[in-house]
Parts: sequence; structure tokens; C-alpha cells
Amino acid sequence: MAKLDKVAIVGVAESDQIGKIENKSSLQHHAEAAYNALEDAGLSIKDVDGILTAGYSSMVVAEYLGITPSYTDSTAVGGSSFIIHIAHAMAAINAGYCEVALVTHGEAGRSRRTNAIPDLAEAAPQYEWPYGIIGAPAMYSLAANRYMHQYGEDRVRQGMAEVAVATRKWALKNPKAYMKDPMTFDDYHNSRWIAWPFHLLDCCLVTDAGGAYVVTTAERARNLKKKPVWVLGAAEGHDHAIVSQMPDLTWPISRETGKKALARAGVTHKDLDLAMIYDSFTYTVLASLEALGFCGRGEAPDFVANQRTAPGGEFALNTSGGGLSYTHSGMYGMFLVLEAVRQLRGECGERQLDDPRLALINGTGGALSSTGTVIVAAD
Amino acid sequence: MTTQYKKPIPVPQGESDVYWQKAKQGELWLRKCDDCGKAYFYPRDISPCCFSKKTSWIKASGKATLHTFAIVHRAPIAAFAEDAPFVTAIVELEEGPMMPTHIVEISGGGEPTPEKLSIGMSLEVVFEDITDTIALPKFKPV
Repeated sequence: MAKLDKVAIVGVAESDQIGKIENKSSLQHHAEAAYNALEDAGLSIKDVDGILTAGYSSMVVAEYLGITPSYTDSTAVGGSSFIIHIAHAMAAINAGYCEVALVTHGEAGRSRRTNAIPDLAEAAPQYEWPYGIIGAPAMYSLAANRYMHQYGEDRVRQGMAEVAVATRKWALKNPKAYMKDPMTFDDYHNSRWIAWPFHLLDCCLVTDAGGAYVVTTAERARNLKKKPVWVLGAAEGHDHAIVSQMPDLTWPISRETGKKALARAGVTHKDLDLAMIYDSFTYTVLASLEALGFCGRGEAPDFVANQRTAPGGEFALNTSGGGLSYTHSGMYGMFLVLEAVRQLRGECGERQLDDPRLALINGTGGALSSTGTVIVAAD
Repeated sequence: MTTQYKKPIPVPQGESDVYWQKAKQGELWLRKCDDCGKAYFYPRDISPCCFSKKTSWIKASGKATLHTFAIVHRAPIAAFAEDAPFVTAIVELEEGPMMPTHIVEISGGGEPTPEKLSIGMSLEVVFEDITDTIALPKFKPV
């Protein structure tokens, strides 16, 4: 891989309100988040010459925002897209295609008034939907049960509970989090089944929310409102689309993207102060921790034991409260970036870590299909 | 039959016509790559293993083992509400490929529970007619 000049994330924001926002469209969430992220950066919409998004074509979003970009990127591989966009923005800036890249997300996941029309020629509507393998819980539950079979139902169940409870503790320290009440282990175990082996409290939220961030050159980044957060290394990949075609249900492609991103950044696991790992389900966290190399295969339940990832624990994970308890609009990856940047800038109030320098962001999309891993550093 | 069936109905494509026609006749057919000899799912004219155009159709034995399953309690769309809880699964066909399906005719009857199923158990294909032209392959414990 060619050596790229460093770029920085210089502005991050959510849309004006997130949670249950009944009268706003997905595009409104894109625009509000873009407005707020540019303000956070101290940049104007006139500075933006690159647009990257998923969910909508970048053409649709650019028109809505009123911009005429010289770099356009609609890479859409599920919720990981917005992590992968960091790398694409970095490559585009290095190639001279643009100087200020705006990445936007917006999804009225809870209150949307329309539904996409599927292409019936694709594999999913022909071979999985007729069986009700529709939507994330029905897909990820199949993977989680295979993992339980391989590594022991009781200890995996306990690991999933640890993740749910610890993540809620972080959410209680985030004023923007959707979930406001504490969760006990009993609450977890007593919550209703959505798709066994998943309880309700194994599953992420469904909210209305937007998010955006701005990426630019080192030179410009040094002269903006906030401290830059540097992009040190990134990697992306996918190894299937529909869940039944996943080569190994317990071993997502973050097995490759984690290794590559760390190597490109020139850092190792022990250098990291924070891991922001897409928690569509409690299981996604366990499988990702292993594939990213934080622990061995089948060891994640022990890795997260005794609330090790909760506030005050040894391993800082999903400090925003995650997709499980903060917000999850549908393609949540964007929000991993916002939290990593805020932690590295020291803006997280009650949940602020003690001077974190390095964070790993890992987004997962589709049916555990795609991942993007990025290493970011404080100034 | 067609009028009452509200769940998603597969729309056969040129490359999957044979699969769905054979299913309607109570047979499970797969594509096979003639370069490496592997059977694959789902049907494609060019094989995903070797990206070869030398491919053929073979009749599968209908035997499989349970690779994983889940019990869906909250229907993902309204059309599945009266089926819930129902058992989704990925089965490993005797010929090798993994296939998404339902597990039906589970012994003991009543609501499906995890105790009534075990990963690795032997299964065989059955067909459920859902329209005049489409039958869905499902699997039952042997």
C-alpha cells in the first residue's frame, strides 16, 4: 500500500435531535448533522468539495445540501460504510480529488414513512426472505447460536449479558443516550425473546438519528476550531452478503481488517486506549473482539467477564452507550466515529476517559458481512 | 392458495428457473462446478468457486445436517406473525453447500424450543406448496 499523507477528522456531530423524532425524514437528519459537523469544524458548506454517504446516493445528498462536489462516493456496504468512508476520504484527499470531505448519515429508522423497494433478482429476497430470514435479528441469531454451540451456551450467555449491562452503564453517562434507566443482569435474562438465542436486551435500539464528520488535509486541520484527530491506518473488506453464505459464522472479516489497520497505523493492541466496536447485538461484540485479535477464538466471554468493559473497567469499550443503549438508526457505524473523536478531544464529560491517545473503530455491516477498521489518534 | 399467502414469494430468475421448477416437483437441485466438482448454492450460471462457465445441474439427495438455527419469536414482518415462534436454520447439504431454510415437523410437537433441536442432527428435505408454481424446500428431523 502506498504511503499516504496524514489526514484528520476535524468536525463531528449528530443531527439536532436523535431518538424518536417523528416528523423528520432521513435526509433531514443528513443535513442537520452536516450543518452541525461543519460548525464543529469551523468550516463552511462552501469549503466542501467531497461528499461520501450510504443509504442514499451521494448525488441525492449533495443536491439536497446544495453542493457540487469534485469527489463523490456512495460506497454502501451496510453500517460499516461510514468507517470505510474515512479511508476513502483519505485516499481521495491524497489523490487530489478533494480537500474537504463531508461524510453524512441519516436514518429515520424508527419513524420512516417509506420503505425501499427490493430488487427481487438478488439472493436475499429469493432464498432467505421466504423463510423469514429478514432483518438483522433473524440473521445474527443464526450466527450467535453457532458460536454458542462451539464455545458453550452458558458461558456465552453470560458474556452476552456482561456486554449488555456494561454498555448500559456507559449510556447512563451520556446525555444523548436513548436509554435512561439502569439494567440489571436479571433485567437482561428476563427480557423477552426476539429471536432465540437473542433476548430483547441483546439487540440494538431502533432510533431516528443522523451523524456527520469532516475529513481534511493536515495543513488545513491545524488551523481549525478544534484539535484534529489523526487517521493513522484503515482497512476494509467483506466475505459474503447474505448470512447463509458466510464462510464461518463465528469469524467475521474483521479478522483481516483489524490486522491490516493496526499494521498500517504501526500500533498494537496494547497501545489502544479505546475500542469502538459496532454492537448491533451483544454477539457482534464477542465475535468482533476475537476477530480483531483482542483475545483468542472462543475467549471473548472471559474477556468481557466481571464488567471489565464497564465504566472504570480495564478495557474501555463503546463509551457512548453503543448501538445497544445510546442510539441505533439502522446503519450505526457513523456514531462510532463521533464518540472516538470526542474521547480523543476530551469532550465526553462524565464518561471521559483519562487522556486517551489512540482508538480503534470497527464497523460491521450487512449480515456480519463487511467491516471497516480505522485507527485514530489524538493530536 | 395464492390469495391467502402473504409471506414473501420467490421470483424465479432465468438462472434459477430449474431450481424452482424442480422444487415444485418435490426435488432439490443444485448447480455444480465441472472444473472443481463442487456443488454450490445458490444457483448461478458461472460458479463462485472457480468462476467457471463449465457448470451443470445435479439432483441433491435431500439429506442435510443442522449447521445452526434460531427461533424467531418477534416476526420480522407482519406476514410471519401467525407462524411465530418459528425455526430458521442454515443446513449443510450432503453435497456440501450451506442453505437457508426452515425446520419443520419437529418431534414432540408444540412450540419449538432449543431443547427439541440439536446442531449436527440429521435432516431431510420436504416441500411446502405456497403457490401454483412455487414450493419452498424445508427440512425435517430424520
